[in-house]
Amino acid sequence: MTTISYPTIIPRPKEYVTGIWGWLTTIDHKRIGTMYGVTAIIWFLIAGIEALLIRLQLAQPEGKVLTPEVYNQMFTMHGTTMIFLVVMPLSAAFFNWIVPLQLGARDVAFPRLNAFSYWAFLFGGILLNISWFTGEAPNAGWFAYAPNTQVPYNPTNGVTYWILGLQVLGIASLAAGFNFLTTIINMRAPGMSFFKMPVFVWMTAVVNVLIILAFPIITVALIQLQFDRLFGTHFFNSAMGGDPVMWQHMFWLFGHPEVYILILPAMGIVSEVLPTFSKKPLFGYSAVVFSGIVIGFLGWFVWSHHMFTVGLGPAANAAFAISTMLIAVPTGVKIFNWIGTLWGGSIRVTTALLFSVGFISMFVIGGLSGVTHASPPSDAQQQDTYYVVAHFHYVLMGGSLLGLWSGIYYWWPKFTGRFLNEKLGFWHFGMVLLGFNITFFPMHWLGFDGMPRRIATYPEGMGWDVSNLVSTIGAFVLATGILIFIFNVVYSNLRMPKTASNDPWDARTLEWTISSPPPHYNFEEIPEVKYRDDFWYRKYPELAFETHGGGSDHTEQEIDENHHGDIHMPDPSYYPLFLGLGLTIMIGGFLPFLGHWIVCGIGLVIFTWSFLGWCYEPVND
Amino acid sequence: MSETNIDTHQTSTSTGVDNRKLLMWLFLGSDCLFFGSFISTYLVYRNRSLSGPYPNEILDIPITTVSTFVLLMSSLAMVLGLNYVKEGRQVIGRYWTLATALLGMVFLGFQVYEFTHFAHAGLTPRTNIFGTTFFTMTGFHGGHVTFGVIWLLIFAGSSLANTIRQRLLILSAFLSVVVTMIGFFMTETLDVIPHMPFAVTLAFILLGSLGTVLSLFMLRTPDAPSSVISNQESNLEIAGLYWHFVDIVWIVIFTVVYLISANDGAPLL
Repeated sequence: MTTISYPTIIPRPKEYVTGIWGWLTTIDHKRIGTMYGVTAIIWFLIAGIEALLIRLQLAQPEGKVLTPEVYNQMFTMHGTTMIFLVVMPLSAAFFNWIVPLQLGARDVAFPRLNAFSYWAFLFGGILLNISWFTGEAPNAGWFAYAPNTQVPYNPTNGVTYWILGLQVLGIASLAAGFNFLTTIINMRAPGMSFFKMPVFVWMTAVVNVLIILAFPIITVALIQLQFDRLFGTHFFNSAMGGDPVMWQHMFWLFGHPEVYILILPAMGIVSEVLPTFSKKPLFGYSAVVFSGIVIGFLGWFVWSHHMFTVGLGPAANAAFAISTMLIAVPTGVKIFNWIGTLWGGSIRVTTALLFSVGFISMFVIGGLSGVTHASPPSDAQQQDTYYVVAHFHYVLMGGSLLGLWSGIYYWWPKFTGRFLNEKLGFWHFGMVLLGFNITFFPMHWLGFDGMPRRIATYPEGMGWDVSNLVSTIGAFVLATGILIFIFNVVYSNLRMPKTASNDPWDARTLEWTISSPPPHYNFEEIPEVKYRDDFWYRKYPELAFETHGGGSDHTEQEIDENHHGDIHMPDPSYYPLFLGLGLTIMIGGFLPFLGHWIVCGIGLVIFTWSFLGWCYEPVND
Repeated sequence: MSETNIDTHQTSTSTGVDNRKLLMWLFLGSDCLFFGSFISTYLVYRNRSLSGPYPNEILDIPITTVSTFVLLMSSLAMVLGLNYVKEGRQVIGRYWTLATALLGMVFLGFQVYEFTHFAHAGLTPRTNIFGTTFFTMTGFHGGHVTFGVIWLLIFAGSSLANTIRQRLLILSAFLSVVVTMIGFFMTETLDVIPHMPFAVTLAFILLGSLGTVLSLFMLRTPDAPSSVISNQESNLEIAGLYWHFVDIVWIVIFTVVYLISANDGAPLL
């Protein structure tokens, strides 16, 4: 039998490489998680600076800090960056780091695809932000309503950058979505049935179902918009029979599941943090899981509540109002379950717990203001005012980001082996909570006073001056809190000793059974799972009797040294990096600059070559 | 501890389904929404073209019925190919896999013909909203078929062939089909390209067909000892899932465009 060896253009790195090449070729889910996190925090600082500039502009009437054109670019990029380059990848950082560990797996199902997701995310973000340097950043708002985005009304390339950048980011999210779902469905430790999975894994599963079903819709909408702009089609051109409202439907059909993509990971994190620091199992595990699923499901039937003022008619508005209010039910169930978890627990007040509690309270405020605009008549008053701005910052910052910070403080010892400084953490939490409320609470009043969102400036005497000034001061308090966080991270990495044990918080899930930080193969022996919160009952077998009505078998478990064979880990690879690069160059080549089709062709060549190289990449043995 | 060896990198999965196959199913679920969005857009924009050509003036149902039949037959070929590969009959399995790809190419040939014909008749993506929605929807479907054809050809040429000779033969079969199709295509453009002698067209068609038949005939020699490993059949099965899905999408598009909206004319204002 003749075997044909394929020519390898790039040799596959053999070992667990260190140094810069190690990071560029890594397919280790933990390193990829770290890269996601670090990159997301850098984007967070950039988008934060954009937010501060917006607040400076609005601090006083007739602000002169930004021109109206730049102001439009600023709020568009602030929103787009915060959603697609900060909250989603920060969640992805946790998916990467935590999901395989909580499942008792050695890596995700497709390690190279995972690395590709990261590189596509990085390059997509860069493509989006290159627009700043060409002076034509996207300026149509994060939901880019037609016909504002059509060439006659928006002749610069800003919207094109936005389309193409989001296309790359969407592909990155889709690839990650397939990967995590496969991992969760197929890589659970023996014995871990679906209802023994930790809640964070459950929420990851729901989020990734939403991702793989919602992102194709925005992909198509972006393709249509791109064709309208670049090739003269008429999807959103009413002069030729198209319909701008179609864009709104397509966008929000994606956009509403997207907001649950942003919030559910934080809900998962909080559901891990609260039981640990209350020394109690999560109150109503099944209810929390089911309400997460229900939120994900109902999220598909509410998109038109973003369009109450479009004039879809009373029947549509009533239907969407009802479905929107229904979502408050599973959300409320979760809130009560979290409170029930804290109730009667032996609570240890750590920074992680503070952030989780902060999450619950801020999210309740954001949720309640959300219910107020679930009602069409009330929404007609609030639409496009600062009230809406206040609402979504309460759920996205007060919700998602506080939850994600809680996760950062909770899992930091697992990530690094070091603790984040708790005292600095307390100040971080305090400043952020204070600054956040000073910034965004006045916006409720501004909205009711009729201040529209997205105006570059406002005249004196509208009664908006004081609230705006307070809000700007709050933004800087908030920024100080974030700087304390950055300082804390740097300080802890330089000054704090590596003291974290395997299980520093006395926690319940499998990631705490291994060393901090974990070895690159995670588990020396794949754990076998008997109960929900298996690790807890392994530590406290007597509690298993109380909870499960049967003795724990874990005492019988012994590690058979002879059984422990070689651990085969997949090898690092250069191809994910090149595939991501080729994809971005190819898609970036659609920007109408001189010779752009040549760039597109070069991207296609790199993409095809890396794709084939990827398929035929040998496995080192 | 149980007897099962769980130390090596997890080879068995929690559900027993191959990871890659599960990934393909998830991708197909996602792709449903992708095509669903295009198809809904088409339906929402039905009867909204402000100028012609309208669907009832330009759609050719008989010819698309033929190409639809060709695509459906390619799914049959896919089933047979997978079946034979599973039975370990590599040569015939390879034939059917190749047949799948080649039928896919014929379908694409029909689509190229249709697009060119429409363009000649004055319908482009810019002409009206029917052109806009029609070309994007069917174009992205064609893109999916193209990807499937390339996948199957590479698969037949790499995993189902073990010698350089077999690979070259598969390549030559592929090129011959392309040449044949170019020949057929030139008969349509005789009036467009003025000095194209008919003999050239005929030579393309004849040489191409001859090349196809010859390459496929020479591929019949049995391989060196059976080398189809179980991995290949699951790989082919995954490609098959994709192929059947793309076929099913076409059935929907065919129904929506050619059956439901074939009589759409100027908007009823």
